[in-house]
Amino acid sequence: MTPILPRETLIFTIARLLEGVRLVAVGASSPIPAAGSMLRRALDEPSRQVRLSVLGSVEHNFFTNGSAELFDSAGQGRLDAFFLGGGQIDGQANVNLVGVGDYPATSVRWPGSFGSAYLYFTVPRVILFREEHTRRVLVEKVDFISAPGTSPEGVYRPGGPVALLTSKALFRFDKARPGFTLDSVHPGHSAAEIAEATGFAYDAPAAPTQTPQPDAATLSLMRGRVLTELAETYPAFAADWRRDLAALVA
Amino acid sequence: MQADLRAMAARIRPGMRIALPVDYAGVSMAMTRPLIAHGAGDLDLVCVPTGGLQVDQLIGAGLVRGVETSAVSLGEAGGAPRFNQAVQDGAIRLRDATCPAIHAGLMAAQKGSSFMPMRGLIGTDVLRHRDDWRVIDNPFDTGGDPIVLIPAIHPDVAIFHAPMADRFGNVWIGRRRELAAMAYASAETLVTVERIVEYNLLADEMTAAGTLPALYITAIAPAPRGAWPYGLWGEYGTDTDELIRYARAARTEAGFAEYMAQEVPA
Repeated sequence: MTPILPRETLIFTIARLLEGVRLVAVGASSPIPAAGSMLRRALDEPSRQVRLSVLGSVEHNFFTNGSAELFDSAGQGRLDAFFLGGGQIDGQANVNLVGVGDYPATSVRWPGSFGSAYLYFTVPRVILFREEHTRRVLVEKVDFISAPGTSPEGVYRPGGPVALLTSKALFRFDKARPGFTLDSVHPGHSAAEIAEATGFAYDAPAAPTQTPQPDAATLSLMRGRVLTELAETYPAFAADWRRDLAALVA
Repeated sequence: MQADLRAMAARIRPGMRIALPVDYAGVSMAMTRPLIAHGAGDLDLVCVPTGGLQVDQLIGAGLVRGVETSAVSLGEAGGAPRFNQAVQDGAIRLRDATCPAIHAGLMAAQKGSSFMPMRGLIGTDVLRHRDDWRVIDNPFDTGGDPIVLIPAIHPDVAIFHAPMADRFGNVWIGRRRELAAMAYASAETLVTVERIVEYNLLADEMTAAGTLPALYITAIAPAPRGAWPYGLWGEYGTDTDELIRYARAARTEAGFAEYMAQEVPA
């Protein structure tokens, strides 16, 4: 069995979460979501077309109406999937991209909410992606709600979160409860470790499964075509990945 | 410093509302130092829809009173140090937004309407902290359905960088339509360009489609590599090493001052 890099597990998981999408968009500073989306596109190519818009890419971005077009396409219901990170994410899937402490003079300031306060409402399949899996990030309650996980009845809300992917695990989100359920644990990690590193309560099966790994064909697609496509927008990430692959062989 | 850039900067008066584009759309970095040298302060910046190096430098230079933005960062180079410091110190009035709300405000101004309705936002702290936004019940619905109204954003001046202009004052913006949106909404628009061409951009349908006509443009000045260290679409890439160099230097006020005192490579 070929060894598989942790980041390849994440990329493959994102591709799995994107099954069936027609249009997926990737925001700023998101190499792993971009790679996962490119893998989905490559896997589906024989049977169906997946359209992909990667912010900051020239080759993988077909929008012609400026930076508003992404949001307009979401408002029109054309955008099936998007990714959000978060300095803090809580057990209700509320996302904080603004800062820690009392707003506005937060003690730690992050860049800001970007398009989250709109896309979380309008995109049906939002995947929360944050590699750091600690109690600092996955908190009981966020300090600032850039975008809420759920909305009361009567609020226009065709979109929302479906999953949370970290460097350790995959959670599914149930908006009826609302709350997360541990779906699978990545190789090399344990359910106990995840409980220790998670600051919010979540449901967990008695024996969680291991996160599925890509087969040889998928892996070669990932390390070939996807890696090449990704390098245009994320040269530093692609170089890192290549270095890690070289070290695997050595 | 070029005389024409200085003359453009001199149009800025204290207290003005200035619209600046997102880092990948065409930031007129060439105007940053002339703006600082000119020194008109108490500026309210509108980031369309996010800000970066230019915003951070204007804040560091003490020219900024308020920032309306969906985010401020240096992208791969990390957080914007002078912005973050100013937030911590409570030195600037923050109007946190979300990208499509900025677009909606500009769109309202573009249409000559006083506001635009917009989905999303309900239940966010972004909305809770915006006393200038309103929530109404959708008047076309039979009951309920709250929707947010974003007032028109009317900047005094928009400033951006583009690949080319012609000698008739038309500016080619390609598919970066947010630059047009900024210009439509603003009372004045100042543009730096890589080059000025002799032929009329409107004479050929291929270039006319991506051209912002002179009607919306107040002044143009050539500034080769004028977006540096940012890249310019179709022209050159971002100099991430330089952004990182700035990010490190500007962690302290003294480091920022030292960085800004250095000559800018041509």
